[in-house]
Amino acid sequence: MYVAVKGGERAIDNAHSWLAEERRGDPAVPELSVAQIREQLALAINRVMAEGSLYDPDLAALAIKQARGDLIEAIFLIRAYRTTLPRLAAANPVDTGAMAVDRRVSATFKDLPGGQVLGPTFDYTHRLLDFALMAEGAAPVAATAPADGAPVPRVTGFLNRDGLIEPALPDDTPPPDLTREPLELPAGRPLRLQAITRGDEGFILSLAYSTQRGYGRTHAFVGELRIGAVAVECEIPELGFAVEIGEITVTECETVNQFKGSKTEPPQFTRGYGLVFGQTERKAIAMALVDRALRWQELGEDYVGAPAQDEEFVLSHCDNIQATGFLEHIKLPHYVDFQAELELVRKLRREAQTLQEAAE
Amino acid sequence: MSIVQRMAPDTPLLQVDGLTKRYGARIGCADVSFDLWPGEVLGIVGESGSGKSTLLSCLAGHQPTDAGRIRFDGRDVLAMSETERRRLARTDWAYVHQNPRDGLRMGVSAGGNVGERLMAVGARNYGDIRGKALDWLGRVEIAADRIDDRPRAFSGGMQQRLQIARNLVTGPRLVFMDEPTGGLDVSVQARLLDLLRGLVRDLGLSVIIVTHDLAVVRLLADRLMVMKSGRVVEQGLTDQVLDDPQHAYTQLLVSSVLQV
Amino acid sequence: MTDQAYNFAYLDEQTKRMIRRALLKALAVPGYQVPFASREMPMPYGWGTGGVQVTAACLTPEDVLKVIDQGADDTTNAVSIRKFFQRTAGVAVTEATGEATIIQTRHRIPEQPLKAGQILVYQVPIPEPLRFLEPRETETRKMHELEEYGLMHVKLYEDIARHGQIATSYAYPVKVEGRYVMDPSPIPKFDNPKLSVNPAIQLFGAGREQRIYALPPFCNVVSLDFDDHPFRATKAAHDCDLCGAKDSYLDEVITDDAGGRMYVCSDTDFCAGRQAAGHAGRLAAGGKA
Repeated sequence: MYVAVKGGERAIDNAHSWLAEERRGDPAVPELSVAQIREQLALAINRVMAEGSLYDPDLAALAIKQARGDLIEAIFLIRAYRTTLPRLAAANPVDTGAMAVDRRVSATFKDLPGGQVLGPTFDYTHRLLDFALMAEGAAPVAATAPADGAPVPRVTGFLNRDGLIEPALPDDTPPPDLTREPLELPAGRPLRLQAITRGDEGFILSLAYSTQRGYGRTHAFVGELRIGAVAVECEIPELGFAVEIGEITVTECETVNQFKGSKTEPPQFTRGYGLVFGQTERKAIAMALVDRALRWQELGEDYVGAPAQDEEFVLSHCDNIQATGFLEHIKLPHYVDFQAELELVRKLRREAQTLQEAAE
Repeated sequence: MSIVQRMAPDTPLLQVDGLTKRYGARIGCADVSFDLWPGEVLGIVGESGSGKSTLLSCLAGHQPTDAGRIRFDGRDVLAMSETERRRLARTDWAYVHQNPRDGLRMGVSAGGNVGERLMAVGARNYGDIRGKALDWLGRVEIAADRIDDRPRAFSGGMQQRLQIARNLVTGPRLVFMDEPTGGLDVSVQARLLDLLRGLVRDLGLSVIIVTHDLAVVRLLADRLMVMKSGRVVEQGLTDQVLDDPQHAYTQLLVSSVLQV
Repeated sequence: MTDQAYNFAYLDEQTKRMIRRALLKALAVPGYQVPFASREMPMPYGWGTGGVQVTAACLTPEDVLKVIDQGADDTTNAVSIRKFFQRTAGVAVTEATGEATIIQTRHRIPEQPLKAGQILVYQVPIPEPLRFLEPRETETRKMHELEEYGLMHVKLYEDIARHGQIATSYAYPVKVEGRYVMDPSPIPKFDNPKLSVNPAIQLFGAGREQRIYALPPFCNVVSLDFDDHPFRATKAAHDCDLCGAKDSYLDEVITDDAGGRMYVCSDTDFCAGRQAAGHAGRLAAGGKA
C-alpha cells in the first residue's frame, strides 16, 4: 500500500539543525565572534547595513555570522528585523557638508579647499595576495596627524556659485517613504534615490556601467566623493529644537554631468547624486550615475531605450530581497500547476496524434 | 450612420479650429482649421518638417495640443477623458501607421491581429471572429491559409495590408493614415493604392491621409491641404490645387514632382 | 508558546491597520488590485509574504488556522507558515477544512465547500493578469482603468488558433462582477468555478508586488472564454487511488521507474476524511485491488 509523503515538519527541523552545524564548521577551529566580524569585515558590514536599510554594525555582524557569509541572506535577516522596529521619529536631513571626512577626492579639480584626502582606500594598492595575512601577523601602525577641523566645502558649491551647475534648490516637502507606502509609478526622484540606495550593489553597478558604455550615456565626472561621519539630529517637539542622537558613517558621491542648454538658455552642468550608509564608494558612485540617467525626462533629454533610463525597470528590479525571494520560490512545490500543464500537454498530444492518423 | 446620411450630411464629421502645437519655442503646427465631411478624403501634403505628421498625431490624440478645438461628430475631443478618447480610438477611429510594425502585434497571428479590435469591443464567438478575420484578409488580398502566420513572415506590402484590415474590421468612421505607402516598392505601392481606393469608396470612409507623395493624394484625396513650416498655405479640391496651384510653395511642390 | 518578543501575529498594529484598510477597499471594489505597503517578512518574497501579511491582519486570538500548499497540510512551506503563526500568534491550528476560520492557501481551493464566516487567503506571486501580455505596470493599470481587455482575449484566440483549445491550465484569468479581469493566483483551472458565488471571503495577497485584492462573499466570477469554446474545468481522468474520489483534483505520483503511476487527491484533508469514512480507492489498504 502507498503512503503519501509525510513528515515535512521533521524534515524541516532536521535540515535546520544540520544547517546550524554546517554554519559552525569544524569545531576544532575557534569560533568567530560578532565583534571580530564587525571589526575585520567592515565593508561587508557596510553593504549589509546599506542594503538592509538599518544602521547597526553589531546586528549586521550577527546577520553575516548567522548567514554564513551570504550577504544577501544577511541583508534579508536585517530587513525582516527592521520591519518589527517601531518608528519613533524622522531625523533631519544629514549635513554632509559638515562631515568629518576620512576620505575626500575630486576628479574635477586638482586642488581645492579642504584638499584631496585619500583615506583608507584600495585605490593604488597592487592587487597581490598578501600571504603575510595568512600568518596572522600584527597590523602595521598607520601614521596619524591631528585633524585640522577646517571645513570641507562641497565641489558642487563652487560650481553653483558661478551658475555653472544646475541649482539644487532646498525643498521642504516631506519625502515619501518607500518602506511605508507602496511604490507607485512614476515614482519621482526622492523615491528613486531611496530605492537605489538600498538596491543591490551588483545590479546598480551594472546599470551604471551600462550608461558608461553608451546605454543612456551621461558623461559623468566624479565632482566629489566623500566618506566620513555625520551627525544625526532629531527634532524634539517638547524642546522645540534639534538634538544630536548619534553619528553615522556615510559615503556621498556627487557627479557633474554633461551640460544642457539651448540658444536662449546658457548651458549648465547637471548633477547625479549618491548617498549610501557606510564606506561603500562603489555603490555611491554607481548610484549617482543611475540617478542621473533616470533624470532624462526632467532635463529634457531623449529616451534612448536604455535600461538605466527606465524608471519602472530599475525600481522594479533593484531590490535583491525581492529578487532572490521570487527567484528561489520556483523551487517550492508546484505539483498542482505542473499537473495541470501535464494533463494539458497530454491532451494536446493525443489530439494532434488523432489528427495525424486521420490524415494518413 | 445610414447611407442617406452619408450622401447628404448636414454637419461635418470632424471640425478642427485653430489647432496649435508648439515644441518649446518651435512651432509644430499653428492655427490649423478645417472641416472633414462624412465620406470625404482629405490629403495633407508638405515636405518633411512641414508639421503634417505633428498635425495628424494631435488630431488622433497621440500628443497633447496647446490651443484650438477638435470636434468629432459634435463632441469636443480635447475635453474628453482619456477613457472616452481611447474608446473612440478603438471603435469609430482607426490609425494606419507608416511602419506596419508600429500598428501590428508582431508576435500575434494575422487572424489575431485582425480580431483584436473585435474582441476589444466585446466579440466573444471564436468562429465569428475567425470568419470576419478571413473575410478581411480576403479583402486585402491575403491568402486564407496565412491566417495563423505571424506578420514577421509577411512582406512589407502584406504587413501594410494586414494593418489596414486590422484597422477597418470594426467599421470605423474616421481613418488617420500616416504615409501608408511610404517605404514600399513602387509596384507594391501601386497595388496598395488601388486597394485603398476601392476600400475607401466601398465603405464610404472619411480619411485624413498625410503624405509627401502627390501621386498618392491625386489618386485618393477629394481635398488637399498644403502645409509649410507648421501652417496651412493652401487648401482646396485636389485637382484644383494640383493643376492650378496658387501659393508659390505649392507651385514649387507640384513642379518638383513633375520634374521627377 | 507565543513568542513574546513580537507583537501578536508578528506585525505591529499600525501595519495591520494599513493592511486592513487595503482589505476593506479590496472588498469594496471586487477584483481591483489595491496597492499596499508590503513589509519585509521573515520569509522570502515569493514564499507567501503577501498571504502571511493578510492572514496576520485578519487573525484574532480566537481564530482556528489552516495552512495548505498544493492542497496539502504537510508540505514544507505550509508547515513553515503554520509554525510561524503558532509561534507569533499562538492560535489554534487545524487540518480540517470545516473547522478552520482562516485558511491560507497556495495554489488550491479546498474540495470541501467553504461556508459563510470562513476566510480563504491566497498567496499570489504575480497579481497582474495582463503582465505577460504587457510588462509595464503603468500601462496595465491604465488598461484596467479603461477596461481595455481585448488583448486578454487575443491570447485566448491565439491558443485556439494554434492548439484547437485554450491552453491555459492554471492561473486562468477571470472577470469579476463584469468589471475587473483578475488573476486567481496559480490555482488549477479545475478550481475556478469555486471562486464564484462562494459564501466565504476570499482575500488575495501579493507581498513582493505590493498588491491586495479580494472577492466578497457570493460575488460573481466568470472564467474568460469564447461562446463556442466555453471554459471547462478539467482534471486527470482518474479516480483517487486512496479514497476513490471521482471529482477531486489529483496529484500524479510516480511509483517506480517503469512507468508506474498512481493518482491521489491533492487535498490531503479531503482524502483522509473520505478514507476515515470508509471510502477506498484502487490502492488503499483493504481496497478493491
